[in-house]
Amino acid sequence: MIECKIKVQLESFMLDANFSIPDRGITVVFGPSGSGKTTLLRAIAGLEKSDKGFLKIGDSVWQKGEDFLATHKRQIGYVFQDAALFDHLDVKGNLNFVIKRAIGLKEDFIESIHNLLEIKTLLNRKTTQLSGGERQRVAIARALLTNPKILLLDEPLSALDLKRKNEILPYLDSIHNDLEIPILYVTHSQDEMSRLADHLLLIEDGNIVGSGPVNDMLTRFDMPLSHGGDAVSIIEAEVLKRDSEFNLMHLDFLGGQFIVPDNSFPVQTKVRIRVVARDVSLTKSKQVDTSILNIFPAMVQEIVNEGEAQVMVRLQIKETILLACITRKSSYKLRLEKGSEVFVQVKSVAILS
Amino acid sequence: MLNELDFSAIIVTIKLAIVSTSILILIGTPIAWWLSQTKFKFKAVFEAIIALPLILPPTVLGFYLLITLGSNGPIGKLLESLGGSSIAFTFTGLVVGSVIYSMPFVVQPLQNSFSSVGRKPLEVAATLGASKIDRFFSVAVPLSRSGFITAAVLGFAHTVGEFGVVLMIGGNIPGETGVVSIAIYDHVEAMEYGQAHWLAGGLLATSFLMLLFVYIINRHFSIMRSKD
Repeated sequence: MIECKIKVQLESFMLDANFSIPDRGITVVFGPSGSGKTTLLRAIAGLEKSDKGFLKIGDSVWQKGEDFLATHKRQIGYVFQDAALFDHLDVKGNLNFVIKRAIGLKEDFIESIHNLLEIKTLLNRKTTQLSGGERQRVAIARALLTNPKILLLDEPLSALDLKRKNEILPYLDSIHNDLEIPILYVTHSQDEMSRLADHLLLIEDGNIVGSGPVNDMLTRFDMPLSHGGDAVSIIEAEVLKRDSEFNLMHLDFLGGQFIVPDNSFPVQTKVRIRVVARDVSLTKSKQVDTSILNIFPAMVQEIVNEGEAQVMVRLQIKETILLACITRKSSYKLRLEKGSEVFVQVKSVAILS
Repeated sequence: MLNELDFSAIIVTIKLAIVSTSILILIGTPIAWWLSQTKFKFKAVFEAIIALPLILPPTVLGFYLLITLGSNGPIGKLLESLGGSSIAFTFTGLVVGSVIYSMPFVVQPLQNSFSSVGRKPLEVAATLGASKIDRFFSVAVPLSRSGFITAAVLGFAHTVGEFGVVLMIGGNIPGETGVVSIAIYDHVEAMEYGQAHWLAGGLLATSFLMLLFVYIINRHFSIMRSKD
């Protein structure tokens, strides 16, 4: 577990962060700009000081009451928004800077980080000769070479264009899959959040307003993300088979099978499906003469009003939770209420990995 | 042409400039670092004190140094009570005077370049496991290369060029405290314009070359920075 109970007073801003999150996987710190995401990351790194508090990462305690461990003694990997490489050193020099100082670093770990981020061809370059994406790759490798207890990423993709973002994302996936380092990832981009988060930490005005598994946080009506036009659900699935006749693939999830256009993922690939609430419609009886392929029986868990004309419906498809945004009129006509049995029709989905 | 006294003045001058510059870098670096990092309320007072020699007539500084360092002054007495002797009219006294007199020329460029390093690279170094002192030597110093070069050259050149302070506390003892700037004055007084020309021209050329070097170096570094 990662336990954090810290308060940081800045000139015109107060961060009061009290939460605990799992010490594995990616936890996305999500909130609007100015909500204190970066301050939280800096506080965990010890770059902002909490006068009192408690901070424990796995089995290392970094703050207990007034005992505060200085940044350089915390085993952290910190990736800044702008990579922040040392320009007085080349790529190799940047990596050696940390290799010289790291605690308990093994030769094969260094090797595996080099391979993971495909850094070897960059080693002899000057930092000024790197592209934005390459700089960020070196920065991530450098952060990992601290042999960190936690990897802190502060909007690492926000300075990059879409092409470079897509260049870096697979590296983040391999860190996620290959290393057992918990990651705290700050972003205000919903795309990055829904693609990467296992766990979500919602922050507003310096306070933690929610913490939990990503789809819970997206679909709980007491959480801000489950409202408005951006409301989405995320479903974990796996490629079950590919239909070459119609060029489709079948994705297996805890609730059934999605059928989506084939994008040549091999069978058994784990994928994430994002369903926008507005792309989901409901019927009382199962439609047969429809163009929609993805229809699942479901049960209504809860309904709330969304403005004057619409309602948000939380549905349960076996073990999977999904949001649907429909008009109030339709809900009235179908006489939807808690426990109603319905059919969910999903018009379109986005495949995230 | 130059006589033996002139050569000894040149040697004393170079020796004085090298020793003073070395001491200035050693003392000036921590002062400049502290000034660049501190949020201390009365920091401006220290900055003003260090900048004083920039505007103070050197004779004023020399006068106070003579009073303090002389055998009746507090430091002079202290030295004598410790079994030493007054350092007024000695090479050591000259070094003390030069260090104080050239301090702003070393501290200010260093302070500026430390400030322009900014907090970020130091924070990055901290997250990479570098302690405070480690961060200073492995990040702040290399990123302030141009500041060190400027500081050293200006400190050196300014020490070579001083006159008033040396006149007050040096005493113009050949081989000990007789420096080029005073030798020029003596030659002019004695109407030996030929020798004065050689020495003055030499100083002019050296000073110009040193400043040229500083500007080229700074240009080089700022071009390197703007490429980032």
